[in-house]
Amino acid sequence: MTIQHRIKRGVSLYSYQYETFLRKMTLDDCIAHAAGLGARGIEVVSEQSFTGFPDVPCDQIAGWFASLERHGAYAQCHDMFMDIKLYKDRRLNFTEMVASLERDLHFAHRIGCKTLRLIVNTPPEVVVACVPLAEKLDIRMGIEVHSPFHFDHPWILRYTELTRATGSDHVGYVPDMGMYIKNYPPVFRDRFLRMGATPRIVEFILEAHRARVLPDYVIMDVRKLGGNPVDLQMAETIRHNIWSNPRRMLEFMPWIFHIHAKFYEIDETGKEPAIPYEEIIPVLIEGGYDGHLSSEYEGQRHIEDAFEVDGREQVRRQQEMFKRLLGETA
Amino acid sequence: MYDKHIIYPDSLGNDQDAEGASGWHIGVRLPYYRGQVLSAVEDIALTVDGEKVPREDVRFTVRGKTWTLDQLETTYDERWEFGEVAQVSVRRRGGLAPGSHSITAAVQLRISYLPWSPVTACTTELSLAA
Repeated sequence: MTIQHRIKRGVSLYSYQYETFLRKMTLDDCIAHAAGLGARGIEVVSEQSFTGFPDVPCDQIAGWFASLERHGAYAQCHDMFMDIKLYKDRRLNFTEMVASLERDLHFAHRIGCKTLRLIVNTPPEVVVACVPLAEKLDIRMGIEVHSPFHFDHPWILRYTELTRATGSDHVGYVPDMGMYIKNYPPVFRDRFLRMGATPRIVEFILEAHRARVLPDYVIMDVRKLGGNPVDLQMAETIRHNIWSNPRRMLEFMPWIFHIHAKFYEIDETGKEPAIPYEEIIPVLIEGGYDGHLSSEYEGQRHIEDAFEVDGREQVRRQQEMFKRLLGETA
Repeated sequence: MYDKHIIYPDSLGNDQDAEGASGWHIGVRLPYYRGQVLSAVEDIALTVDGEKVPREDVRFTVRGKTWTLDQLETTYDERWEFGEVAQVSVRRRGGLAPGSHSITAAVQLRISYLPWSPVTACTTELSLAA
């Protein structure tokens, strides 16, 4: 059965970071791999994939466009950061923050991206001040709603209030699917066990997570149980890796420009054990989401101590899952 | 992140000047997923064979330019790029003796969206040729 939807597939080159860090993959290799899976929308962490940011040498930019063209891909999203703590003794002031975001808008324009990911610590007043430039360059800015934030978190509520008041359709959201951690990620659990977590406390935390016990209470309980520092670190992760309701995206759909399809692992059966894409993607289809699902593999940091990282295989498996859930394959 | 890759393999060497070995150096990679402005590098704490290296003896070099760790903190126009191997050197007359040395490098970064400055450490055995 064909499913009617307008969802496109893409990859964030963040997914291949381990291989690029070790110089086992070039920028061209990354683009070729993503495009080879039919994931043609390319998202880039520019401060990872280029050097000299923001004054990236022209030959690198030319290489970027040449690779995109060669592999039938296209520039999709630039991931922006704001170095609010650039100076050790003070935070950037408002004017400096606006200049920083404007710089990134110009950079996104330079590399052909029509979407810009706003890092979640960007103050909404700064975003509002940059709306005219975003409109002029026709770049849509989306705050990355990233766990432990969620659509109903006060920080995001305030962002919504201030940005919606602009009336602009160039300011919205880039939800990160890491706010839909329904099951505790096995790769987290296994790493804490390798680091010396106490097996019975690990079981306690997993049970508390299944029962949706308030993270603060779990942390207190782990202390009372005599948990070691690794046990406490594991308990802390449930504070930072939340489960919220994917259906909350429906209300915000007109302003959802891009999706970070965060994942920690796609297992041999083709499933993400922690993040229920089989629940999430139907919501996106129902809401008429008209953007990209951008693979964002983040398992590498949880397995690199003990296993060989294979970003390519992980991305391939997630894209296969997307094809299945989007009705591209039987 | 990238903990075990901070110290570049087989990168230990002595530095020479007119009077012989003036110190030693290793290659160090940024334990983070994006390049950083140098002012974000709060510390590169080195330990060699259990002995802590004084901060003021450490020098940081990328692309032919060298800074002290204090100077890094006010350098806003140069970056330590993603995956880039910086040369981190230690001024120490006589350098290190030939043979195996246990070296720890702990990199502390000020990440703007985190309320703390994470430290990522790597300890490895490096061997210095005679």
